[in-house]
Amino acid sequence: MIRVVLPQHLRTLAHVGSEVQIEIQGTVTLRSVLDGIEAQYPMLQGTIRDHVTQQRRPFLRFFACGEDLSHESPDAPVPDAVVAGTEPLLIIGAIAGG
Amino acid sequence: MSGVRVLVGTRKGAFILTSDGKREKWDVSGPLFAGWEMYHLKGSSVDPNRIYASQTSGWFGQVIQRSDDGGKTWFQPGTPKGEETGPGGMPKGESNKFVYDVSTGSGKPLTTHQWYDGTQHPWEFKRVWHLEPSLTEADTVYAGVEDAAIFKSKDGGKTWQELSGLRGHGTGPQWQPGAGGMCLHTIVLDPSDPRRIYIAISAAGAFRTDDGGETWKPINKGLHSLYIPNPTAEVGHCVHHVAMSPKRPGVLFMQKHWDVMRSDNAGDSWTEVSGNLPTDFGFVIDVHAHEPETVYVVPIKSDSEHFVPDGKLRVYRSKTGGNEWEPLTKGLPQENCFVNVLRDAMAVDSLDKCGIYFGTSGGQVYASNDSGDTWKAIVHDLPGVLSVEVQTLK
Repeated sequence: MIRVVLPQHLRTLAHVGSEVQIEIQGTVTLRSVLDGIEAQYPMLQGTIRDHVTQQRRPFLRFFACGEDLSHESPDAPVPDAVVAGTEPLLIIGAIAGG
Repeated sequence: MSGVRVLVGTRKGAFILTSDGKREKWDVSGPLFAGWEMYHLKGSSVDPNRIYASQTSGWFGQVIQRSDDGGKTWFQPGTPKGEETGPGGMPKGESNKFVYDVSTGSGKPLTTHQWYDGTQHPWEFKRVWHLEPSLTEADTVYAGVEDAAIFKSKDGGKTWQELSGLRGHGTGPQWQPGAGGMCLHTIVLDPSDPRRIYIAISAAGAFRTDDGGETWKPINKGLHSLYIPNPTAEVGHCVHHVAMSPKRPGVLFMQKHWDVMRSDNAGDSWTEVSGNLPTDFGFVIDVHAHEPETVYVVPIKSDSEHFVPDGKLRVYRSKTGGNEWEPLTKGLPQENCFVNVLRDAMAVDSLDKCGIYFGTSGGQVYASNDSGDTWKAIVHDLPGVLSVEVQTLK
């Protein structure tokens, strides 16, 4: 199971706690994890990636194992520890404003 | 027993204020959707328990919420809480999806508008500014969005389709954003003709359809805007809000960036009725529920300062359809007040006497239960108010 930590507002929207678990078949990439999140929690469609372009929303970032994955290819494999479930993928709202 | 339900959208959540027909004591509930910008909430006149809400965020995009029990519980249309959608069912999450129609058959491939610097800029969906439920079908609702376009849902907000004839009108490359973005913020439905709809865009102007949204025409003749290259251009005017009495369709009142305007022919032409207002800049405008010649505005000092003049919060009322205005001040702060009242933040109920409501950038919601003669703050300290709507409950 892939562990994903969601930002506060998306937890409220999806009626979940801070961490969700997603079952992924095949290679685990950012794209497959996000597809899995949206399949399991369809109300989050469009909130992490744009509905049409599928691009990461500008004020969101992806981190795991101390690495910034925000600018990685969505089809690149995620770190082994995320695949193994020992580390979560963090989806974080950028600090913007005051 | 009659009563009212006031729906307040703020920068950090929504609030519902309820009272009986006297409108003296209020119950306040909220915040709903805490932390999110709630651009607009509006109830259906067909089914008052049906309320649509626009929840939006610079981080997470657009979410449409719906209540079928008068605001007690909410869900995203097509995504009921805890409900799994089976094969062939409505895809969840579609209610948040607003996709511009660029097909050659219907929408025409219109993809750019004018940017602040005069260059062309791609059309990009940002948020829903205004939701307007149909006057005849509870499941039909219109959405005015940024970048400017109008969408329609016929399934209670589960899915949305653009009425692309508006952007396909051909003047789109001349539309440009105002300070708040290029938003379609006003939708007025004609109760006497379900095929007639008025909309307004900052900064393009007002438009009207007479065929249910298939085709649209600009209705800006008579507007004069010194801030655009051609002050009397067909489009490009920064219309802030348009109001119409349902008792007298075809007579429209407009608060333009500068100037208060009136049309007696469904927008075909406009005349200025700013008269003796201390300033004719402002955002809100509304019409008394029972007196179609009684109009309300809140003058704002200027487009560079965006607060009320002289530190005094004054609603101005005209009982003559414009030109002659009187300040309404009883119960409103008359010193050290520097708030703004945004374009969708005034509403009227249909009780007798007519109730008037407005919210401020400072988080106050004021109500008058006597057509504006006296005012009282229902709440003082909400987040900045973006929108106010009222439902009259029988």
